[in-house]
Amino acid sequence: MKISSLKDLDAVKESVLKKLVPLDTPSIRVGLATCGISVGGNLVYEEFKKQIKEKNLNISLSKTGCIGFCKEEPLVNITIPKRGILILHKIEPEDVNGILETIINNKENFDKVLCRINTWDHIINGIIDYGNGFKDIPLWNELNFFKGQKKIVLRNAGIINPEDIEEYIAVGGYKSLYKSLKEMSPQEIINEIKDSGLRGRGGAGFPTSLKWERAYTEKNSKKYVICNADEGDPGAYMNRNEMESDPHSIIEGMIIGGYTIGASEGVIYIRAEYPLAVERLQKAIEEAKFYSLLGGNILGSDFNFDISIVKGAGAFVCGEETALIASIEGKSGRPKPRPPYPAQKGLWNKPTNINNVETWTNIPVIISKTGKWFSNIGTINNTGTKVFSLVGKVNNVGLVEVELGTPIEKIIYDIGQGAADNKDVKAIQVGGPSGGCIPSNLFNTSVDYNSLTKLGAIMGSGGMVVMDQDTCMVDVSHFFLDFTMDESCGKCVPCRKGLKTMFEILEKIISGNGEEQDLIILEELANTVKKTSLCGLGQTAPNPILTTLKYFKDEYQSHISQKICPAKICKNFIEYTIDTNKCTGCTVCAKQCPVHVIDGSKNKPHFINQQQCIKCGTCLAVCRFNAVSKIPKNKV
Amino acid sequence: METNLLDNIILKYQNPSGKVLSILEEVQEKQGYLSRESLIYISKNIKVPLTQIYSIATFYSFFNLKPVGTNIISVCMGTACHVKGAAEILNNLEYLLDVKEDEITSDGKFLLTTQDKNFSLNVARCFGCCSMAPVVRINEKIYGHMTINTLPKILKEYGWIKK
Ligand SMILES: Cc1cc2nc3c(=O)[nH]c(=O)nc-3n(C[C@H](O)[C@H](O)[C@H](O)COP(=O)(O)O)c2cc1C
Ligand code: FES
Repeated sequence: MKISSLKDLDAVKESVLKKLVPLDTPSIRVGLATCGISVGGNLVYEEFKKQIKEKNLNISLSKTGCIGFCKEEPLVNITIPKRGILILHKIEPEDVNGILETIINNKENFDKVLCRINTWDHIINGIIDYGNGFKDIPLWNELNFFKGQKKIVLRNAGIINPEDIEEYIAVGGYKSLYKSLKEMSPQEIINEIKDSGLRGRGGAGFPTSLKWERAYTEKNSKKYVICNADEGDPGAYMNRNEMESDPHSIIEGMIIGGYTIGASEGVIYIRAEYPLAVERLQKAIEEAKFYSLLGGNILGSDFNFDISIVKGAGAFVCGEETALIASIEGKSGRPKPRPPYPAQKGLWNKPTNINNVETWTNIPVIISKTGKWFSNIGTINNTGTKVFSLVGKVNNVGLVEVELGTPIEKIIYDIGQGAADNKDVKAIQVGGPSGGCIPSNLFNTSVDYNSLTKLGAIMGSGGMVVMDQDTCMVDVSHFFLDFTMDESCGKCVPCRKGLKTMFEILEKIISGNGEEQDLIILEELANTVKKTSLCGLGQTAPNPILTTLKYFKDEYQSHISQKICPAKICKNFIEYTIDTNKCTGCTVCAKQCPVHVIDGSKNKPHFINQQQCIKCGTCLAVCRFNAVSKIPKNKV
Repeated sequence: METNLLDNIILKYQNPSGKVLSILEEVQEKQGYLSRESLIYISKNIKVPLTQIYSIATFYSFFNLKPVGTNIISVCMGTACHVKGAAEILNNLEYLLDVKEDEITSDGKFLLTTQDKNFSLNVARCFGCCSMAPVVRINEKIYGHMTINTLPKILKEYGWIKK
């Protein structure tokens, strides 16, 4: 079916809206992004499918993406006509029968109810009314987790079916594409983006309009746009969810970008670890082509644009734009000095505009709601929202979308509800291997590009890993250096050798041989690597070291002078012991010990042979009597 | 080496953008690893120098140049998993499977295969399931909230036998 006018789009919208807002058939949607699947969401889906078929029920079943509250997954949305959506949490296949019974008996006493949704702002087509029942269940935005959030990027995530283009159209999808193609000139689009103040969400926060303008003014018959979906920060998964939950918003953004700069081809470069995102984007591309929203003569105009997907192959540095381009061209991903910028000489030496996944998803919103509307969200110079992946030792893990300028404490303590297991939050790490650690006494800082940079961290792409007393900051530095050293492409000396030397110093410290002067050398080297590396990888890789040295020097010092790891993480500073008063001699630890170094006969206290112990922690994990503990080692 | 299979894969990727990577990825997906013969064949047929193909195959951590075990276990070593104890999980797996880290292959890649070739163990940089940390992937399946306690049970599903 071809869509070539606003009337066609509206027709699809009208006929499909009842899928989202059913008139008489209850509907069930299971949250099936990778996170939901990994905790059994697909089993729940299959069980619903089976039982609905067996019982021959008039209930529709479909998939949805992830609404972001990953802690509560698997999530199931139940839509009852006129009453609204109920979100059920931590659902297992055993719950399915009860849920179906409750629906067919027209009851409301569901188990495991998390919250209700009566209306939802899908932003582009505005608010959709799903019904006004279930009044005694908390509203979704009354929950701590959602209360301080503002959903613009995640406007459809966890509500619509990501594998159904019609549902995307029903919530206003591709209307912005229509507006761009039929009512706006490229320069007008660039102006709109300029008004919005949108800055790139891939890390550096470069103004999107400037990049587009540069690519637009280049004279060339062949140009490209690229979507950077390499999401290299390990510990961050915003982009994965954006692709899996709302793939069309990215595609629509890219087509608008292509039209604006005059490109006929787009490439989505996506990391290999995200097979489901690849699958959903592939499907979305095919559906968009079917409706003539992508491919030749888009929306009946003379604009042609095609998108292909290229899978990465496990190299962090390929997230850097020039390395990414080299990778698409079939080379090793080694960065090149800029200028020339990709806008001048990019893919196959043609003008290329490259943006992050989240940047692209903002484009349709700006076109439809105007740049001015967007610029009122967030703060001056830091407009709009940002999605963070709030993970680590925090209570409410999940994807959190807040206005830029929100204080860190609001994210950690209000939305995240502080540290898990009654511990205290010590720090957060933002920006991944290029970012830094921020101690809890600076949590009144607001998250925006400038404030975070001032602290020595960076905004990065949105990773936010929470750390508590049991996290060793020296170990964290060691972890990141291990990562960046491994991922360094090896082209420039400071990054190749500098990171390795810094890593060796850290190894020395955590093995118990550190000396006071090591910290001075470490800092000096870090600053040198930062100043002299060729690309962003080396220029930012010292950040985790520099920030931990700045804010947690005492932890380094206890490793060096007292030979103590305060968090009891570094293996050379700890040992495991068995409390003979508590040990019942149940033999479980001895049986489970992978190196067989726990001795003792049945019903008698056991002992660990310290010389041969590999400190794997198995005994501590398996003991049911709390008899094993981790203690500082006397001498190193 | 099945030249038929390789020909079909090569034919599939006509767009120069992403061509080489896509071909190598699909060959590895079908054959488990990239054999020397496959690389030579691909190089000849797509007219890209073997040196360049080899450079790609060694640069990207995704590619294996040696045969792998029947089941591939990847331990996520991303930040979220790290702070939630991924190192302990990896350490335990090495012992349970009786493979040691110092057996890193000559091409510098971390891939340890058990003697019976039933398992290969490697590490990964985040599966995007950080909210379920620590995470282990076995073949295509992702296991969240891993603990040392649950490892043996899961391994048994894949034919692991306790020594
Ligand atoms: C080492 C390194 C890794 C990067 N990784 C990513 C990444 O995973 N995703 C991303 O969008 N940008 C990444 N970038 C930033 C890109 O080079 C580029 O600035 C970005 O894709 C531009 O898009 P934006 O303007 O929309 O942010 C990385 C940069 C460096 C130096
Ligand atoms: S850090 Fe392990 S899945 Fe992301």
